Amino acid sequence: MTADVLKYHFTVVGGDFTSAGKASVNVKKLLRQLGIAPDIIRRVAIAMYEGEINMVIHANGGTADLEIYPDSIVIILADSGPGIPDIDQAMQEGFSTAPDNIRSLGFGAGMGLPNMKRYTDEMKIDTEVGVGTTVTMTIRL
Amino acid sequence: MLVKEIIDKLELEVLNLADGEREVSGGYTGDLLSWVMGRAESHMMWVTIMTNVNILAVASLRDLPAVLIAEDAEIAPEIVAKAAEQEINLLRSPKSAYALCVGLGQLLA
Ligand SMILES: Nc1ncnc2c1ncn2[C@@H]1O[C@H](COP(=O)(O)OP(=O)(O)OP(=O)(O)O)[C@@H](O)[C@H]1O
Ligand SMILES: [Mg+2]
Repeated sequence: MTADVLKYHFTVVGGDFTSAGKASVNVKKLLRQLGIAPDIIRRVAIAMYEGEINMVIHANGGTADLEIYPDSIVIILADSGPGIPDIDQAMQEGFSTAPDNIRSLGFGAGMGLPNMKRYTDEMKIDTEVGVGTTVTMTIRL
Repeated sequence: MLVKEIIDKLELEVLNLADGEREVSGGYTGDLLSWVMGRAESHMMWVTIMTNVNILAVASLRDLPAVLIAEDAEIAPEIVAKAAEQEINLLRSPKSAYALCVGLGQLLA
């Protein structure tokens, strides 16, 4: 039986800042319709938005998958971008390789990954330089 | 205090008013989106000079009661239209972010 898990799939387009965040906004609506608690929705929305924007800015896009289980929500963000050479460094508040043109849009504070960690119960980064990055986040219900 | 009362008292320009009845009991100011995303709360009016489309995603995902653009920063009509679509309260003032926060702080004190 797959009836107790709901799965949703989104494509995130790289370099497109006008619709960046779209998948997260859709997920938020979806979770609201499903009657998920507001505090959980807020955490999912923040974590997914930051991950989505990272794929837009740093990885030329990717995919976002949302899996809703009876006891948890799992967000999987996968890209075929440049990878992250040093995860510890990338996780530090304030660390960013965002170029100037992106910073002028308000990105590049180096707070995205820390936000993702802070608002989820579990976060795992699988990355390989030149191959891509997959971020898996779990929020327990 | 309600958004519509704050509009009156601080003489704000209304770019889009989706719900004047939203309650505001605090404020947040900043222009770096991830910072706002991580720190603002859904009872806070957000004061910023950023006017690109990404402010709408942040406001909507964080359920902010209003975005208040300081210094009369220019904003494209498409973005105002999008705020209407997404039902985000979007306000503006010629005052600086500092002056607006001081004003808001006095109202909420
Ligand atoms: N999917 C990714 N692919 C490649 N590099 C990434 C990816 N996600 C993050 N990074 C690297 O990790 C750094 C830190 O990411 P983080 O989200 O914390 O900050 P930022 O995106 O630079 O700025 P902010 O999120 O505050 O706007 C990025 O600058 C980038 O070098
Ligand atoms: Mg980021």
